[in-house]
Amino acid sequence: MKIDIILAGVGGQGILSIATIIGEAVMNEGLYIKQAEIHGMSQRGGSVESSLRISSQPIYCDLIAEGTADVIISLEPMEALRYTPYLSPEGWIITSNNLFANVPNYPEAEVLKNELAKYPNVIQIDVEGLAAENNMRKSGNMILLGAASKALGLDYSLLEKAIATVFASKGTEVVDMNIKALAIGLENAK
Amino acid sequence: MKKLLLGDQAIALGAINAGISGVYAYPGTPSTEITEFIQSSPVARERGLHSRWCTNEKTAMEAALGVSYVGKRALVCMKHVGLNVCADPFVNSAMTGVNGGVVVLVADDPSMHSSQNEQDSRFYAKFAMIPSLEPSNQQEAYDMMKYAFDLSEKQGLPVLMRVTTRMAHSRAAVEIDEQPREQNTLAFPQKAKDWVLLPANAIRRNNEVTAQQATLEELSCASQYNSLIVPAQGGHYKQGVITCGIAYNYLMDAFESKVDFPVLKITQYPIPKKLVNELAAMCDEIVVLEEGQPIVEELVRGTLPTPCTIKGRLTGEVNRTGELTPDGVKATFGLPCKVVYAKSEVVLPRPPALCQGCSHRDVYTALNDVIKEYPNAKVFSDIGCYTLGALPPFRTISSCVDMGASITMAKGAADSGLFPAIAVIGDSTFTHSGMTGLLDAINSKANITVVISDNLTTAMTGGQDSAGTGRIESICLGLGVEPEHLRVMLPIPKNHDELCSIIREEIEYPGVSVIIPRRECIQTMNRKLKQKKANKA
Repeated sequence: MKIDIILAGVGGQGILSIATIIGEAVMNEGLYIKQAEIHGMSQRGGSVESSLRISSQPIYCDLIAEGTADVIISLEPMEALRYTPYLSPEGWIITSNNLFANVPNYPEAEVLKNELAKYPNVIQIDVEGLAAENNMRKSGNMILLGAASKALGLDYSLLEKAIATVFASKGTEVVDMNIKALAIGLENAK
Repeated sequence: MKKLLLGDQAIALGAINAGISGVYAYPGTPSTEITEFIQSSPVARERGLHSRWCTNEKTAMEAALGVSYVGKRALVCMKHVGLNVCADPFVNSAMTGVNGGVVVLVADDPSMHSSQNEQDSRFYAKFAMIPSLEPSNQQEAYDMMKYAFDLSEKQGLPVLMRVTTRMAHSRAAVEIDEQPREQNTLAFPQKAKDWVLLPANAIRRNNEVTAQQATLEELSCASQYNSLIVPAQGGHYKQGVITCGIAYNYLMDAFESKVDFPVLKITQYPIPKKLVNELAAMCDEIVVLEEGQPIVEELVRGTLPTPCTIKGRLTGEVNRTGELTPDGVKATFGLPCKVVYAKSEVVLPRPPALCQGCSHRDVYTALNDVIKEYPNAKVFSDIGCYTLGALPPFRTISSCVDMGASITMAKGAADSGLFPAIAVIGDSTFTHSGMTGLLDAINSKANITVVISDNLTTAMTGGQDSAGTGRIESICLGLGVEPEHLRVMLPIPKNHDELCSIIREEIEYPGVSVIIPRRECIQTMNRKLKQKKANKA
């Protein structure tokens, strides 16, 4: 098996926290991982991207070829669209529909929504709304990951276990909240 | 034990386990995480390894030579342009040779994700006549550290290890199986004269190192890290490939691991000529895949004993500039690219910008307000977050060249009649390479206004310690800045008018003025507040 994932967002949104959980989830399953990221200017509101590759066979390249990504997970709708040339024909886009409009002439929400709807497999989810509603403002990334969990095709319990491991030092309350966030994401993924 | 590590972290752990006594470095993307890893490593702390940031790459390289002189092992880390800063001690370290092992880790940034140029550090290794290594994956990066230090000590030369962005900043599982090697004990060089590069000694050393090149090439040919991989059926082939470092991965991906032609995988230099000749003898043509500039392609062309066409970046089969990409390498071999969906037309570029609340914003807002009163005003700037002052909405600065060039360029422009000539430089860049330029300006009474926008950290690379924190004023005064023209203030929106009048007054002063707007980087401040909150909980 192989899963090639593009994680996208705006510097500061924390796309790498999603990569950390997925990495932890598959690390002990005998699978190979490569995850490429760019540091440097990432704190400063620019677009950021990370390639996460998982396979049962050894992985050579750190980057994903165009037209071959299985999943794009994005914390921002325009950033999801930026990487669609990487998407495979049957690939999934799972994106937050919350806008980060920090550039002039940023498109209307409706324009982005319709543009995304042109792709065959898309989940657009109101991450911030769900996080606020459930009083878990810091767990938005886990809501998004939950929404992506089916498309990733990974055993759901592996993701839960990974959250428990990664957030262990922050206490059971934080762990439970993030596991709940994952479930809320899964529930609302349509 | 397997660990998921960034290439940089694998290198750091490899160096600790190779028994270094210290890492000497100045932050620079994509090399920064190496030193940071060692700084936060409990093993490094327990062993008392030096890991404090140096003022610049030159001081780092020289300190490492001192470590080597007394017999211990040192790692020096920098980004590619940092090697320019330490070129003098770097090249001369081959002349002195080393006692304890020295590995100079240089992280190149092809495609210039956060750099001014694409220079390829392998040229420097050749120039200095020392061996260089270019690991092809994170496991090799870890394993080769120990190999590099052993090689350095056996050959009595520093070793350059070159990585590129995709190796430095990509994670993979790395098998860590060894206990850290003991550090070397204090031992002075046996050939003490080698370290005194008077012409008589230097001439002798130059001959020795030149003669040693044949040995280094033999080592490359015999290296476990260089291999000529020939398909089992043997015979003659239309095409063979040379891969350098991570280029091997792009080749394997493009052919889905089913390569039916010979491949020479190079990870150790000087170029293993014997292996190249063997490859050439079995092929009509060789494609050279290398990350960065076409050094191997240039060196191989025209030197082969059998007729063989060389293809690569110089002949157009590989993109002339920029890093290798999976799709670019597929195109090199005429393999189909699978792209299905074009980029959506609604997508706009989203360039990085100064953070909301950043003090550089206040500095540029004030500068813009004042310089519009002077039609000829030019603001020379430097390397750091504040380089983003070139972009909208500020568009304040006219230059960004290398660490420290803001002050010296302003001086040169003022010498030639520009008024007002203004320099904007950060605190860490000022201590890295701005102090000497300021001394020049003072000595010639140049009419310049220097703004040291002090955010108390090396912000661009993620908030490392800045060498002169708390002493910027005393450094300026010590260099000879007149106390009444050294102006320190707090850059917040409320103080906009104050900053404007200070800038105006100091522009009007016909001599060197230094203005220090000082406010902590918003990122490091938030991080500290978060940490404080966590500590309380």
